[in-house]
Amino acid sequence: MGSPAAEPQHGGENRQKNHLVFGSCSRYLQLWHGDDQRQRNSDVRVVGVVQRNQMRSQFTVPTVEPAAQNQLTLGGAVRRPALSSASFSRGMQTVTLIPGDGIGPEISTAVMKIFEAAKAPIRWEERNVTAIKGPGGRWMIPPDAKESMDRSKIGLKGPLKTPIAAGHPSMNLLLRKTFDLYANVRPCVSIEGYKTPYTDVNLVTIRENTEGEYSGIEHVIVDGVVQSIKLITENASRRIAEYAFEYARNNQRSSVTAVHKANIMRMSDGLFLRKCREVAENYKDVKFTEMYLDTVCLNMVQDPTQFDVLVMPNLYGDILSDLCAGLIGGLGVTPSGNIGANGVAIFESVHGTAPDIAGLDLANPTALLLSAVMMLRHMGLHDYGNKIQTACFDTIRDKKVLTKDLGGNSKCSEFTADICRRVQDLD
Amino acid sequence: MAAHSAVLSVSKIINPFWGGRLGNTVKVFGTTLTSHRNKTQRAPPPAKYGGRHTVTLIPGDGIGPELLNHVREVFRFSCVPVDFEVVHVNSALETEEDINNAITAIRRNGVALKGNIETKHTMPPSVKSRNNLLRTSLDLYANVMHCQSLPGVQTRHQNIDIMIIRENTEGEYSSLEHENVPGVVESLKIITRNNSLRIAEYAFRLAREKGRRRVTAVHKANIMKLGDGLFLQCCREVASGYPDITFDSMIVDNTTMQLVSKPQQFDVMVMPNLYGNVVSNVCAGLVGGPGLVPGANYGRDYAVFETATRNTGKSIADKNIANPTAMLLAGCMMLDHLKLHDHASSIRNAIFTTMNENRLHTADIGGQGTTSEVVQSVMRIIQSKGQLTAEF
Repeated sequence: MGSPAAEPQHGGENRQKNHLVFGSCSRYLQLWHGDDQRQRNSDVRVVGVVQRNQMRSQFTVPTVEPAAQNQLTLGGAVRRPALSSASFSRGMQTVTLIPGDGIGPEISTAVMKIFEAAKAPIRWEERNVTAIKGPGGRWMIPPDAKESMDRSKIGLKGPLKTPIAAGHPSMNLLLRKTFDLYANVRPCVSIEGYKTPYTDVNLVTIRENTEGEYSGIEHVIVDGVVQSIKLITENASRRIAEYAFEYARNNQRSSVTAVHKANIMRMSDGLFLRKCREVAENYKDVKFTEMYLDTVCLNMVQDPTQFDVLVMPNLYGDILSDLCAGLIGGLGVTPSGNIGANGVAIFESVHGTAPDIAGLDLANPTALLLSAVMMLRHMGLHDYGNKIQTACFDTIRDKKVLTKDLGGNSKCSEFTADICRRVQDLD
Repeated sequence: MAAHSAVLSVSKIINPFWGGRLGNTVKVFGTTLTSHRNKTQRAPPPAKYGGRHTVTLIPGDGIGPELLNHVREVFRFSCVPVDFEVVHVNSALETEEDINNAITAIRRNGVALKGNIETKHTMPPSVKSRNNLLRTSLDLYANVMHCQSLPGVQTRHQNIDIMIIRENTEGEYSSLEHENVPGVVESLKIITRNNSLRIAEYAFRLAREKGRRRVTAVHKANIMKLGDGLFLQCCREVASGYPDITFDSMIVDNTTMQLVSKPQQFDVMVMPNLYGNVVSNVCAGLVGGPGLVPGANYGRDYAVFETATRNTGKSIADKNIANPTAMLLAGCMMLDHLKLHDHASSIRNAIFTTMNENRLHTADIGGQGTTSEVVQSVMRIIQSKGQLTAEF
């Protein structure tokens, strides 16, 4: 499929630029996003006060193939011809497992145990990601982790801690940049047995993950005035819209709703909306609607059943996906997947590392487990996915061995053991 | 500010001629006027003649005109001493003449009641949102919304009582956008120290006035370190001057999650513009919908009242099914601002009696009543309390 990401081209260049004018950022945007034909060579990221006439280059972006090669689906019918033949041997598929920090290792172990009980054909390759300084002073993930991901194309990640003053950006951000994870998919389905005021929630939020308000470009114009730049580009908007419609089609979803605030941010959200409309033309079987962000929020808390697939830029996606997670019971039970260019997909649990209960066998592995189920479906192993999911939901519905955050007082190992038992019974 | 500069310029004209014979009169007059303004920021506006106030009314689009007609009906019926100066704003036009007329009218009268003006985003980007233009020209820097659970309305959560104070002029709504490279659009979000301090000051003062214990700042400073970091810093600075009020902060995505699971934990919330939009809509949804909550936009010199969620409601316009509660309560907020407290409380009580005791609900909160039925019921209750009323 795609070639492995090329080595970064530039390193630690200092660019002489006049920083105060808006145009300065666009120059970098041109390099960042370019057109499909040109390779993206370097990314310049401005964080904090811009030093006069000097920018610091902190990461680079790997070469990206044009979007046409991306045929990923998620949680539904697989359309790819053959999943990375290199990792397909004797029916076992390799998955890079990143346990993470805090409760990460114990919930990863739990997931591995459950997969073993289900006899899923998955071979785990455990890797650790910590930020290391590569040549030229850029932060990057360890090369063995990168190599493993590039080979297996599928990853499962536990929670990573973000140190506050470590000098390097968050690990999640590094991973996102390294693999160009442009779509964050969060299916929110009400869990029968875990009661929330909202029942029958069944929607998917698809969030653009690379640009928008989180481009990180901020300047202090004069003392006391800060400007933060929100970036919307045609390519990224088209890419995410295409992914959203593909997902809707492959998962038998009836409608896609674009969430925006084009009445206020006419040009930026207007561009996003135009791209969504254009892509919608090619997917006539999926209904396309557009709705203002505030209307979506208003209706979401009153009647979430009216929504199906939501596609939106970065900030709105962040807020809405967490809102939807709150509807079904919080981050402890919400799965999440990140789709990248080149066929890479990393599934993760989105909760924190919970350092206060780390190592005490009290953690709830549901989020990571459901993300792993999402992963199985993505790989086409629907039977195993359904089996594990049913076992998990049955355990929660039964309410006999729930972890503390779900309202019980059992240990993580007991919860895991119960699911393993059910999985084996389902065989 | 206008009065101050006007007085100063008058003194410049008069003093050369009178050479000090007027002496301190102008200066004293000037200072008393301005100090009066500064001390009582919510003093009644000067548009009061013969005991009657004049208020600008902007009907807007969608359900605005019909609901504002109902407000006028109720006011006329209760003999409220308020005259409305109606200014129409046509949202289909590209010129800004209409909205400038409206702004001038509000400057004249000081207080306005408005419906939402639709923004067609198929228009070119140079045509800015009319509502936004109004807010920024009049520097209505604080948007205040009070979300309370009503006993008569069935919702998933109970006992909600949150005041939301939202910065209304800057942030993401600065409307500064450009496309330097084709296909790449930049939109600027501006956060300034002055405005952040101003809104934080407003929030804490309001919290103290209303006897609230806790103020929560909502932000995304982990990602937007400079922008929201500045906002948070300003809030902390102001908080140090109010030791009786607890201050904490919460990231916006966590806030929305907490709001849908445990909204009772929030008391007063202060935030920049866009998060305010999200949070206020979520809270309005939690207490029963857009038809129930009124909102107010306060500036130093002007106040504009409207529904909290600023919906145009095109799909339910002119069908007599819209919920008049939000607009009527906005009218009551306006009466409170004009210091006509008796009228305000009588209308408010009538509305709550209709909603909670008579249970006359419109379709959006699960009932079958029509708009006019609700309004008639409100007027009947006002009459039954024995106050002076006009003909039905």
